[in-house]
Amino acid sequence: MAIFIDEGSRVVVQGMTGSEGGKHTARMLRAGTNIVGGVNARKAGQRMDFDGTSLPVFGTVAEAMFQTGADVSVLFVPPAFARDAVIEAVDARIGLAVVITEGIPVHDTAAFWAHAAESGGQTRIIGPNCPGVISPGKCNAGIIPADITKPGRVGVVSKSGTLTYQLMHELRDFGCSTAVGIGGDPIVGTTHIDALRAFQDDPETELIVMIGEIGGDAEERAAAFVREHVTKPVVGYVAGFTAPEGKTMGHAGAIVSGSSGTAEAKKIALEAAGIAVGRTPGETARLARDLLTG
Amino acid sequence: MDLFEHEARDLFARHGVPVPPGEVTSTAAGAFAAAVAIGGPVVVKAQVKTGGRGKAGGVKLAGTPAEARDAAEAVLGMDIKGHTVHTVLVTAASTIADEYYFSFLLDRANRTFLAMASAEGGMDIEEVAATRPAALVRRPVRDMDLALARDIAQEAGLPAASAEVIVKLWDVFVREDCTLVEVNPLVRTESGEIIALDGKVTLDGSAAFRHSGRPIGATADDPLERAAQAKGLNYVKLTGDVGVIGNGAGLVMSTLDVVAQAGGAGPANFLDIGGGASAQVMADGLEIILGDQDVRSVFVNVFGGITACDAVANGIVQALDMLGDRATKPLVVRLDGNNVKQGRQILAEAGHPLVTMVETMDDAAGTAARLAARGA
Repeated sequence: MAIFIDEGSRVVVQGMTGSEGGKHTARMLRAGTNIVGGVNARKAGQRMDFDGTSLPVFGTVAEAMFQTGADVSVLFVPPAFARDAVIEAVDARIGLAVVITEGIPVHDTAAFWAHAAESGGQTRIIGPNCPGVISPGKCNAGIIPADITKPGRVGVVSKSGTLTYQLMHELRDFGCSTAVGIGGDPIVGTTHIDALRAFQDDPETELIVMIGEIGGDAEERAAAFVREHVTKPVVGYVAGFTAPEGKTMGHAGAIVSGSSGTAEAKKIALEAAGIAVGRTPGETARLARDLLTG
Repeated sequence: MDLFEHEARDLFARHGVPVPPGEVTSTAAGAFAAAVAIGGPVVVKAQVKTGGRGKAGGVKLAGTPAEARDAAEAVLGMDIKGHTVHTVLVTAASTIADEYYFSFLLDRANRTFLAMASAEGGMDIEEVAATRPAALVRRPVRDMDLALARDIAQEAGLPAASAEVIVKLWDVFVREDCTLVEVNPLVRTESGEIIALDGKVTLDGSAAFRHSGRPIGATADDPLERAAQAKGLNYVKLTGDVGVIGNGAGLVMSTLDVVAQAGGAGPANFLDIGGGASAQVMADGLEIILGDQDVRSVFVNVFGGITACDAVANGIVQALDMLGDRATKPLVVRLDGNNVKQGRQILAEAGHPLVTMVETMDDAAGTAARLAARGA
């Protein structure tokens, strides 16, 4: 078990023919991911070689699914074309679309999210502007380095890529069931709550590390969900205590507006839900370690 | 990217949202000329990207061109919450019958947009939301037409005539790729017109590619932020004395916090050099940070994920070579992740006198803070 992706996942890459898409397709293959092809309407029928693995390029996501049984798409499509690419994946009724692309206009994200919701919610969307999702040893759908950790019992959900890597690294002796990078944009598909719900139901996951950052109130809502629905231990971390008001800190969604979205408010909400919150990534790892060994 | 009021006003006018006649100027003489051109009483308004300028004395009513000139003289150069007033907007003074509030913004929780409307305009809307939530109508919206606009106006107690303006504001919001369009106040004049008297607009920087001529992000006020922007670096100036460079927005935000917790003056900046930290990007980043007079030590915090630590270490060594004599402040480097041993070895062999390696983020922050205090 794991969440969202496992050894049975069959992955198609939208944007595989581009430089980023190609580079990461090779990395995903090396991590043992079952990649069954790429999608590019202008290069349909061609094949691409990745260190000896030859992959077909299909004209559409629907065609790729029909030919290969793909059930996951990873998108490296440039921002200007990302909305249409996600809508294509949704219309093909793929189970999971992982949108790595950074810099998609938020009106476009709102549009493809609304389209997915109106289409009956058959497609789970992760991202955009995210590192993707990895179930170590089984499947890597995105750009999370596969060799940080091994299969194991910690579930990680985070807005931030490098902080996810940091925590996976610090807890590498316990290994990881699945790590989900939900992305740092103001509007994202899969939320902390979606991941928490899935980890709660996943028998392999014993402890959940939840990493948040300033902006919005997703962490506060996740805290309320944990109090009501999560019985497994949860350890939290929030970045951005020193962020000045009104400045975007790297991630488009990381901005403190007035009194809302502050790290302090998020920490208080998490602690009120019984979640141990670390002051630093190192302390967060120690809290998790104590719970796993205690 | 936040716009100045006069830029928001221009966008409004382009989409047919009624605004009072006005001109923007950076001189007192310009304000005099604007008042003559507009005719009648005018309002001289400081152009700063912060709230509360009225309370700070940045908005003045002027009955004559001479009064407008005096008002501009008083307002120009004023400091409002750390923002210097470089320009003023001179607009015709409206005869206000009623003031309302209206905005479109992102609704992150519902992954859609929100229309907010209130009959209590001209006030701090966050206070209205906190103290009298019933007075603020919030409606999730995906699209807008006259019928829906009328419905929202009616529920919030806005005049029926405001519906047409609401539809035009939605045009601004969607066609200009905004994440916020706020009108406070939206007014009804004594002659019954609906006018956007003040506007706040935030543009989505990610959408700049489909708006030709729009700058990618606002020109920063701070000279270091401008220099970093020119090099394509993700940099925000802060008030402390420990320069910070890291890879990944979340990790850099976290680094700032850890530096602040270490005591002393805290972090001097936010600088994310991204996943693929080449030597050139590292050099560009170090150059910006070392050019900051406030910086007394630098904390380089990198987790080797996609880029391995040996590549990052080579980048640091090459960056220090490129900078030569310009590198003058102590550097505390913490590397972790892929190929960390090779990375540390490269730095150890280079043996640069300014570089100290520390294994953990928490200890490295402490070392950087101590070095900064010593250099103060």
